[in-house]
Amino acid sequence: MEEYKLSHLKELEAESIHIIREVAAEFENPVMLYSIGKDSSVMVRLAEKAFAPGKVPFPLMHIDSKWKFKEMIQFRDEYAKKYGWNLIVESNMEAFQAGVGPFTHGSKVHTDLMKTQALLQALDKYKFDAAFGGARRDEEKSRAKERIFSFRDKFHQWDPKNQRPELWDIYNARVHKGESIRVFPISNWTELDIWQYIRLENIPIVPLYYAKERPVINLDGNIIMADDERLPEKYRDQIEMKMVRFRTLGCWPLTGAVESGAATIEEIVEEMMTTTKSERTTRVIDFDQEGSMEQKKREGYF
Amino acid sequence: MADNKLDIKAFLDKDEQKDLLRLLTAGSVDDGKSTLIGRLLFDSKKLYEDQLDALERDSKRVGNAGEHIDYALLLDGLKAEREQGITIDVAYRYFSTNGRKFIIADTPGHEQYTRNMITGGSTANLAIILVDARTGVITQTRRHTFLVSLLGIKHVVLAVNKMDLVDFSEERFNEIVADYKKFVTPLGIPDVNCIPLSALDGDNVVDKSERTPWYKGISLLDFLETVHIDNDHNFADFRFPVQYVLRPNLDFRGFCGKVASGIVRKGDTVMALPSGKTSKVKSIVTYDGELDYAFPPQSVTLTLEDEIDVSRGEMLVHPDNLPTVDRNFEAMMVWMDEEPMDINKSFFIKQTTNLSRTRIDTIKYKVDVNTMEHLSLENGQLTKETLPLQLNQIARVVLTTAKELFFDPYKKNKSCGSFILIDPITNNTSAVGMIIDRVEMKDMSDTEDVPVLDMTKLGIVPEHYEAVEKAVKELERQGFAVRLIK
Repeated sequence: MEEYKLSHLKELEAESIHIIREVAAEFENPVMLYSIGKDSSVMVRLAEKAFAPGKVPFPLMHIDSKWKFKEMIQFRDEYAKKYGWNLIVESNMEAFQAGVGPFTHGSKVHTDLMKTQALLQALDKYKFDAAFGGARRDEEKSRAKERIFSFRDKFHQWDPKNQRPELWDIYNARVHKGESIRVFPISNWTELDIWQYIRLENIPIVPLYYAKERPVINLDGNIIMADDERLPEKYRDQIEMKMVRFRTLGCWPLTGAVESGAATIEEIVEEMMTTTKSERTTRVIDFDQEGSMEQKKREGYF
Repeated sequence: MADNKLDIKAFLDKDEQKDLLRLLTAGSVDDGKSTLIGRLLFDSKKLYEDQLDALERDSKRVGNAGEHIDYALLLDGLKAEREQGITIDVAYRYFSTNGRKFIIADTPGHEQYTRNMITGGSTANLAIILVDARTGVITQTRRHTFLVSLLGIKHVVLAVNKMDLVDFSEERFNEIVADYKKFVTPLGIPDVNCIPLSALDGDNVVDKSERTPWYKGISLLDFLETVHIDNDHNFADFRFPVQYVLRPNLDFRGFCGKVASGIVRKGDTVMALPSGKTSKVKSIVTYDGELDYAFPPQSVTLTLEDEIDVSRGEMLVHPDNLPTVDRNFEAMMVWMDEEPMDINKSFFIKQTTNLSRTRIDTIKYKVDVNTMEHLSLENGQLTKETLPLQLNQIARVVLTTAKELFFDPYKKNKSCGSFILIDPITNNTSAVGMIIDRVEMKDMSDTEDVPVLDMTKLGIVPEHYEAVEKAVKELERQGFAVRLIK
């Protein structure tokens, strides 16, 4: 007998593909923002699926804060080349040349200038009217309330109290000149769904997600990897080798590792099922101030 | 260790097969809704330790639950809400059990936020409506139930909460159920269940409670895990709104879209609307290979045997099972905009992937969501001034669109019976609607037709017809219909 039933993953996949195609059809100049993380990797694969056997009709853009892990950059370039993506890389060069970085300016200033401002500059430069992001609603409380098509005004700001109603699968894609929509096609996926999908679809991910002996230091309770020579002198004699992996990826001085022996997806999932810390605790930036993610989102950060 | 690994693989293999249930929770701040959701998440081990730490810390500081953990603090994510102590928008929560994954749309209960409940409920398979056992069925319960029936949600659980405060009285429970049944039966919701519980203490939430021995049903979570939702989609009437046309090379032309309803098979004869041209399905293409058949809500790409011209907004259907094709229809419409309706304004309407212009022909009556009473000009309950819809108001209306839409009654087919209205100036989603049926031209109050371009009269020679037709088609795509006469 034929079955007319989808598993939850197939249903989520179908929903995401529908969203991605809707954007390609309704906007003049969309872009997919690529963080090189596992969620982005799934989103990118979903875009490839949406337009197969054709090419994806929009570019991929990475906002390089200049402090990303080396392995991330290498992975990014190899992936884009292998799968034929048009890759745009943008940075806030002015701030970079002025020497802005997390060790000298702190996480708040660094994140604002090298991530948020860099993103806003890039969006203005290319005049994108829609930008895909790989955020999930189960990540953080303010994200749980964001629409799939999330309106941004001319200043790229999000107004959580004034969101467009979003019903069924009918998305309102209309914007005036200068305004834009952030689109979150994997809003309804959970962390476990992402891992499960990576496993089933054999989606390549940055090796930093898997446990390995890596040079790390303890920085205010976070396990920070010594990824390049910009680690300040004073920490260098504290470097030790530890079996660690990363649950999220970002700027290396701001992304804490977890001690782990999980070297396969199965082991990662097992660790996740038994872990007692939620994913974002390894993100230093979330703890800057109360309601800090909401604040960042209002200002234009993802 | 080897055993352990096998376990996780088995777990993942099983997890992969789980289906998805989307549910809506409705109730007021005082009904214990957040507590109930918190408990579902907590008891299904979704809350991690650091969230719990933060929760315990916050509960002591600003909590409203006395000795207990105040789950509301965990759920009310936005700063503004924490300050006001209310949930101001729809929030989505995720949890899973051994057999199923769940997405909860958590929506606020107070009247001014009807629009959020409508938003949260539009994709839900099931609604949990909370009542306080002490107060029973109140105006708000009726309002929520009416909205749930309007949205066509097929499964409703009336969660009679705070049973601990009425000594787990069977009599009280039965009284509330009887009250509710009287009200809910005429609404025609196919599956209604009532469960007595205490969210705070956990009675009948995950496990059956010993404190309600008279209750013969199952716990809330058991019900959520087992309720049969496979038939919630329409598998009878094939509708494929074309979303995107894929032309990677000259040999491949695919029509991308989501199967809105019905089933399509390779080899099926399909008709394109509005052209009426037919062809056969050559292949059903996906990234993972070709399929023999496709069903809702799959996203696929169809290729046809013949080169027929189909664009976004048009629809592929089976020729022996057509949707209604019309420009005039009746609908239940909910006003979602702070700005009241301007009855003379022309709006954009988006229905499936189709975009058109529309105007409001008639407002037949408004529904008072608290009493279900119909208010109209005829019965004197509305005046010309109070007729236009305001935020959160619901009305039965007649709409006229600039070009023909392909639709089905919402009751029969949610995907092809739903639409949104977009304000052309602010771009807000001003209203949302559920189509009831077409309206005969003779029953329209305003019969003004679309603009006409008579090419012969204008002296346009036949070699230019194709170009003019192309221009008219593009206008139509943008929502402006023009009738072309050769």
